[in-house]
Parts: sequence; structure tokens; C-alpha cells
Amino acid sequence: MSILNVPPERPDPSLPEVGLISDTVDVAPIAPAPEGEAALEGEAAVAAGILPATKPRSAFRRGLEVFLENKLAVTGVVILVAMVLFCFVGPHVYYGNTTAVNFAQETLPPGAGHPLGTDSNGNDVLARLMTSGQISLEVGIAAAILATVLGVMWGAIAGYFGGALDAVMMRIVDAVLSIPVLFLLLVVVSLVTPTEQVLIVVIAAVSWLTTARLVRGEALSLRVRDYVQAMKVMGGGSTRAVTRHIAPNAIGTIMVNLTFQVADAIAFIVALSYLGLGIRPPQQDWGAMLSNGVQYVSDSYWWLILPAGACIIIVITAILWIGEGLRDAVEVRLQRR
Amino acid sequence: MTVFIVRRALQAIVVLLIVTMFTFALLRAIPGNVAVAIMGPGAYRDPAAIKLFDSTYGFDKPWYSQYLLWLGHLAQGNLGYSWNLNQSVASLLANRLLKSVVLVGISTILALIIAIPIGVIQAVRRNKFIDHFFNGTSTVFYATPSFLLGLLLILIFAIKFPIFPAEGPQGNGLGAILSDFNALILPIATLTLITVALFSRYMRSSVLDNLTEDYVRTAKAKGASERRILYRHVLRNSLIPIATLLGLSLPGILSGALITEAVFNYPGMGLLFYQQAQKQDYPTLLGITVVVAVATVVGSLLADITYAVLDPRVRYT
Repeated sequence: MSILNVPPERPDPSLPEVGLISDTVDVAPIAPAPEGEAALEGEAAVAAGILPATKPRSAFRRGLEVFLENKLAVTGVVILVAMVLFCFVGPHVYYGNTTAVNFAQETLPPGAGHPLGTDSNGNDVLARLMTSGQISLEVGIAAAILATVLGVMWGAIAGYFGGALDAVMMRIVDAVLSIPVLFLLLVVVSLVTPTEQVLIVVIAAVSWLTTARLVRGEALSLRVRDYVQAMKVMGGGSTRAVTRHIAPNAIGTIMVNLTFQVADAIAFIVALSYLGLGIRPPQQDWGAMLSNGVQYVSDSYWWLILPAGACIIIVITAILWIGEGLRDAVEVRLQRR
Repeated sequence: MTVFIVRRALQAIVVLLIVTMFTFALLRAIPGNVAVAIMGPGAYRDPAAIKLFDSTYGFDKPWYSQYLLWLGHLAQGNLGYSWNLNQSVASLLANRLLKSVVLVGISTILALIIAIPIGVIQAVRRNKFIDHFFNGTSTVFYATPSFLLGLLLILIFAIKFPIFPAEGPQGNGLGAILSDFNALILPIATLTLITVALFSRYMRSSVLDNLTEDYVRTAKAKGASERRILYRHVLRNSLIPIATLLGLSLPGILSGALITEAVFNYPGMGLLFYQQAQKQDYPTLLGITVVVAVATVVGSLLADITYAVLDPRVRYT
């Protein structure tokens, strides 16, 4: 079997047949072929040779099907939902000491009353895992979305318009990008107290630049493609080009990048916590739990390391799987050819 | 092309100027008095001493003349003097920079050598076992916090099976570092594993994107072999995003290096920055930031030139 034939022709044999050139009626279970007036119009158009025989389903519908076919992506969604429930609903179901210092109860192994043991302050590890997860998830997702929105707009505008505007916009990006994020944060964190909101803004402020550059690269190459040129010949304006053509076509890159942004943002507060610059106690993220725990590695207090470490790895992995699934789903070109 | 390169180089200089202004302003915004930070809290009892310090080192001047003064010194290659470490920043950096270059350089090259073939194999064998295997492995490595990865490597290869030392090489010069290569292996392994996961993921996406392009169909139609299509057409085009990625992942790799250096107590630039940031050692922080910024701006310049060389669809007007 040909190695190169596989992805372009049909990415996955289990995918429903979706094609503009298909001469049969669409039989996919989720989206039946349009009936009534639309179908008549369609038939007329087909007879005239203008439209293909079947009306293509919306890109969203098609994307959703591809996404649901991807087992890893669906698993990722299930894990993420479970984690969100664990962190945000869990504290209402399971009560444990998360703030009061109680040395009589310190570093107890898992057992009755403390399913995951207690940490060096005598706090319940399971309960702390829930409250710490709230911080990790909130900061990670909020920072990534903020950064992506900013980066996509910046990059698409710069890449599409080009010229002086592109030059100015990209010099600003270059300047801030050339300072490593951790180096920048080490300085910024000494200026402000790292609360949750501050961390979201600060991480977003240093993360959008990568997205902007990637999107700008896509836009540079997309704006000279035939369909964008054709749209311009037909009288389409710049706004239309950016919003209807450049941005949707760059979406694969953007979605993959967004998942990396969420993963990066979560990993980022973990790193900051390790350097002692994260959210101040008694508030904690998973990274702070982990870096506190690894101090007891030689005492083999595994319950101080394993739960927090596993939570970080599982959540980031789930997010990356979702991103991969999204990437396949939005990649319309892969499905059509 | 020459015009483009010259113009892009001029832009790079502008970027560097913006960076120096930005960093200078940011570092000066840190609360605290430099004179007190250096002479100790007792200096508050002797305002004359603070005044003398300020006038000697120019801290009594307005901020813009301080900036211009510093910029003038910088242009002559004078990065300043670290009172904290009682050493010129240039000599500090000469010592530390090379060690970071060794760590980051070897790790990045290793990561590329490993990641590019993995990405290509994954794309070509899409949704096959090998794709899922590498995908799973790189996901786990990407998801693991870098300090945890480093500590796990120490736990396994330094404590449980004492093959390598738990600490990075502590020698003073570059020769001492390289001759203690055994101690360098765990830090390099840590940084490489983090970077491979990032690169291979992008390489896979990039190859997949290119496999659906028109030129692949054209090449197939005219009868080019799959091997030829893959190596002559797809691979070359797929490396374009990697060129951009390399240019702009340098700061990210340096951030990873900071953590790695902290875990292994490796006396590189990142560890120095981290330690001096807590001591308000402005000259050292400024010096490191400028050196890192120069490296990144040059890297970004090279990435843009590579981009233009590799993708003729990109037109610079």
C-alpha cells in the first residue's frame, strides 16, 4: 500500500464518505441530505453543472464527526471534564483540612480519614489536590484564551496587510519575544504580588507573541494563494479576506497552538512555583504541591509527589489529545482530498 | 534578497534598541534603593554615603541620562560591574555564557536530530501504531514538568543506579565542564527530552499539511516515486515552520535551561540570573538580558531569511 496515498486520499478508513465530487446521495447518518426546496435548487444547479450533486455539510458538522471518531480526543475530553468536576465540585463532596497547620497530623501515609495522606503542614492531600487544581486550570485556560485571541488578531492583521504596519507590529513582537519568559517573569514577579489574576494577565502577556508570529507566517503565505486573490478580483475587501479566508485557513495552526498555550500556561505556573515565585501560600497550584513534595523524596513519602505529579501530567496530556483531535477536525483540506 | 537581508538587519537593530529601553525601564521599576542594597541596611544611618554612592555611579542623574550612559558603555562592550559579585559583568558572562551555550546547543541539536525523523515517520504512518506510540511518548514527556523530569532522572540514574553524578559539572572553565562530561549527561538529557516533544509535534503537523498540497498531487501525476516526493518536496517544505520555530524557541529553550540549571546546580547563565534577580543586581540582570536578546534577535533574523529562501510563495515587498 502506498505510504503517500493514505493521508491525502482518505485520512481514516472509518470516516464517513464526504466529498464534493461524490455522485451518490449523502448517506452519512448524522446529516441527511437536504430535502424540499433546497434539494430542488440543488438539482437545478447540478443539472446546470454549477453545483456538485450533494450539498456539503457545514464544516462544523463535518469537524464534529471527525472529532468524535478520534478516540484519544474523546478520552481527553472525558478526562478534562472529570478533572474539572474533581476540582470544582469535589470540594463540595469531600471535606478536608486545606489551610490550618496541624503538625500532629503531618505527613501521614494514606489511610482512614485521609485517602491520600497528609502533607508537611498536616493538610489533607486529596482536598488540597482539588483546591490547587482550581488554580492550575483557571490560570492555564484563561491565560491561553486571552493570549490566543490577542495573538491571532495581531498576526492576521500584520501578515495580511504587510508593509509598514507589518514591520512595526512585528518589531514590537520581536522585542518582547527576545526576552525569555521565565527571565521576564523573575523580574515582573518581584514588582507585583503574584495573585491568580495577575498570573493570568502576565502569562497571557508573554504568550500571545508566539501565536502572533505563527499566524502571521500562515497569513503571509495564504494571502498570495489563488482563492484569496480570486476573492479580491470579485471585489472582496480586506476585512473579508482576514475574517473569512485567512483566519479560517490558519485555524489548524491556531488550534494546535491554543492547546500548547493551555499546556504551557499550566506548566508555567508549575515552573514558577518550583522557583518559589508562584501563587503565595496558603493558596497553591499543583506545581507548588509537587515542589513541596519532592523535598521529601528521600523519605519515600510518595503520596506527596505522585498525586500532584500525576494530575499535572494527566491534565496536560488530555489537553494535548483534545488539541490533536481538534486539529484533525478543522483540517478540512485533509477530508476533502 | 540582499536588500531584504540588509533591511531586516536594520530592523533587528531597532528591535534591540526597544529591548534595551524596555528592560532598563522594567529593572528600574523594581522598588528598593541600589545604594542600600549594596552597602547594607546600615547605610540608611549615613545619608551622605548614599549620596556619594549615587553621584559616583550616576544614580543621581535623571533616568534617560542613566539609560544613555549605560547604552554608551554597552556600545563599547562594557556591560557594567556587578557590586554583588565584585566582578565585571563581561567576565561573569564570559564564564557563564559558554556553559549555557554548551548545554543549550548540544540539547537543541540532539533534539532536532531525534525529532525530525520521528515527525516524518508519524505523519507518513498516520494513525498507525508507530504514530500513536511516538505521540504518546512525546505527550508524556511534554506534560511532565521539567524539574520533575530532572529530579526523576537524578533519582533513577544517580541515586538508584549511581551511573551519573546528581549535580552538573562544577568546574570553572569550559575545559573543566567538558572534561567532566559524565556530569553533563543528565542535564543535557533533561533539556533534550523536553525539546524533542515540542519539535516532533510541529514536524508531524507540518508534514501532514504538506502531504495535501497540490504539488504532491502534481508530482504523483508526473510519476515521481514516493521516496522522491517525500524527500525532495514534502520534507523541504515541512522544514519551513521548523525554521521559524527554531528561531523563536530559543528563549523558550533558555527558560527550560534556567530550570534545568537550577535542578542540577549547573553554573550557567540561567542560574546566575535567578540568583541575582533576588539580590537586585541590576548590572548583571541587564547584561544577561541584553546578551540573550541579541542571540534571539539574530536567531529570528536567520529564521526569517530561511523562511524566504525555503518558501518562494512568501514575497517580501
